[in-house]
Amino acid sequence: MWDYTEKVKEHFLHPRNVGELKDANAIGETGSLNCGDALKLFLKVNENERIIDASFMTFGCASAVASSSALTEIIKGMTLDEASKVTNDDIADYLGGLPKEKMHCSVMGKAALKKAIANYRGVQILEKPGELVCECFEVTDLEIIDAVKENNLETTEDVTDYLKAGGGCGKCLDRIEEVIASVKAKG
Amino acid sequence: MKVIYTDNNATTKVADEVIEEMVPYLGQFYGNPSSMHTFGDQVGKKIRAARQQVADLINADPDEIVFTSCGTESDNSAIFSALNAHPDRKQIITSTVEHPAILNLFKFLRDKKGYDAVFVPVDKKGHLNTDMLYDSLSDNTAVVSLMWANNETGVIFPIPEIAKKVTEKGILFHTDAVQAAGKIPIDVKAANVDMLALSGHKIHAPKGIGVLYVKKGLKFHPYLIGGHQEKGRRGGTENTVSIIGLGRACELAAGHLPVMDKAVRQLRDYLQDQLLEKIPGVSVNGDLDNRLPNTLSIGFDAVEGESILMLLDKEGICASSGSACTSGSLDPSHVLLAMEVPFKSAHGTIRFSLSHYNTKEEMDHIAATMVSAVEKLRAMSPFWKDGKMV
Repeated sequence: MWDYTEKVKEHFLHPRNVGELKDANAIGETGSLNCGDALKLFLKVNENERIIDASFMTFGCASAVASSSALTEIIKGMTLDEASKVTNDDIADYLGGLPKEKMHCSVMGKAALKKAIANYRGVQILEKPGELVCECFEVTDLEIIDAVKENNLETTEDVTDYLKAGGGCGKCLDRIEEVIASVKAKG
Repeated sequence: MKVIYTDNNATTKVADEVIEEMVPYLGQFYGNPSSMHTFGDQVGKKIRAARQQVADLINADPDEIVFTSCGTESDNSAIFSALNAHPDRKQIITSTVEHPAILNLFKFLRDKKGYDAVFVPVDKKGHLNTDMLYDSLSDNTAVVSLMWANNETGVIFPIPEIAKKVTEKGILFHTDAVQAAGKIPIDVKAANVDMLALSGHKIHAPKGIGVLYVKKGLKFHPYLIGGHQEKGRRGGTENTVSIIGLGRACELAAGHLPVMDKAVRQLRDYLQDQLLEKIPGVSVNGDLDNRLPNTLSIGFDAVEGESILMLLDKEGICASSGSACTSGSLDPSHVLLAMEVPFKSAHGTIRFSLSHYNTKEEMDHIAATMVSAVEKLRAMSPFWKDGKMV
């Protein structure tokens, strides 16, 4: 059984801000049914770019639900600029930590937030730019590079924990190792 | 909180009768069964009796029973023995839905030892593609290993029919009967298998004791080389206490077979009907008419298995899931994927596996808990709206 903190369990059993936000003016979606988890984040942003309400709908395990709940609690009341600085570690820390293998749940929260902010600002995020590395979970080299840099990841297992990449058929593991090496080489 | 235990394909409660049988041999009777004194032989006698009890469950002779440490050791011993018996043969055949004790062993033999490993697929109901199996058999085949019943779905392979065709060609046949033993009748003589693995803790004996049946006359190459124990087929001082417990457990299991077939089956069907009736978007995995009587693998659209298990756990209900999130792997179970169970329900698949200790009241409580758990999770799922998948 996963070693979830009491806070993860509590946010799973009693998630905050669940459901569709009818008057949302920013929406960010990430994940898919096939991947095993997905998050749809709703924001209501006022004219001063402040998030006055947030809600979520999540398909996934207990830590995915808890991470989504935590995310909405963290960002409510923030300006979009403040919210854009929220990291996946902030989400994990809010919950008293996540099992290493479940860090991708917090990464999913961060990704949905980024998309919602872009959606509000009318910025087009290029869907998955870069070269596709992991076919099972559709993860590109650029995403891996970002995650390695931001979270100081060292091994292919780390990358799988944070992005799921390499966690399916495993045939991209060598390529992931090359990407990690290239980041480390550049310092 | 009272525990409702419906995870019997994972492990079982050690029966009170089994514990009672074991306790004296944990304390007072600590002798070595091989010793040349009466004190040791008191244990030796008890082990001989246990060997007979185990043999009786599967219609074997006591000499054909080799005690091991677990099902995995039995499986590994069987395969390595078969390979040693035919060092010139380089093809090994199994299915895509085996337990890791066979599946990962075959992958190891393929990747590290250069064997040509064939993984025969199953159809959507979990039935083995036997045509493909038979077409794969050749003079180069060292061993065919197939599970008797699947641990996740309970689907039963027609082992007697397959073993006949395989052994007729002079190819060794091993079966992993860890899930089948004690749940459906097994007759090794009628089935004509060369080797068969079973595990104590799946049939109300303790963990850490397994059995490998080795057909009389079959040349066996031991995996653990050591003393003369088990007639030289498995070195190491016997796990006397557990062997004695397993003997009693096998005797009880033989007596419970009719209960499994009738009462446990009825309970399982009752739970299945309740869930199908009360919750929309539900599908049962595997062939409904050809399953272990205690197993129910059931998928709930648009929700994730670990979340369901956490909500069941809150009510003291023990089950397991075919979902990725519970195992540390990221894909849903290889068994469900091999059966092409769609992702929408594979991630939300729960396995309930019953025993004769379960009651109808427990099934009612599980059904009621499942109704509210699935409702709660669907209310927050982006893939469920107005009573259906979106």
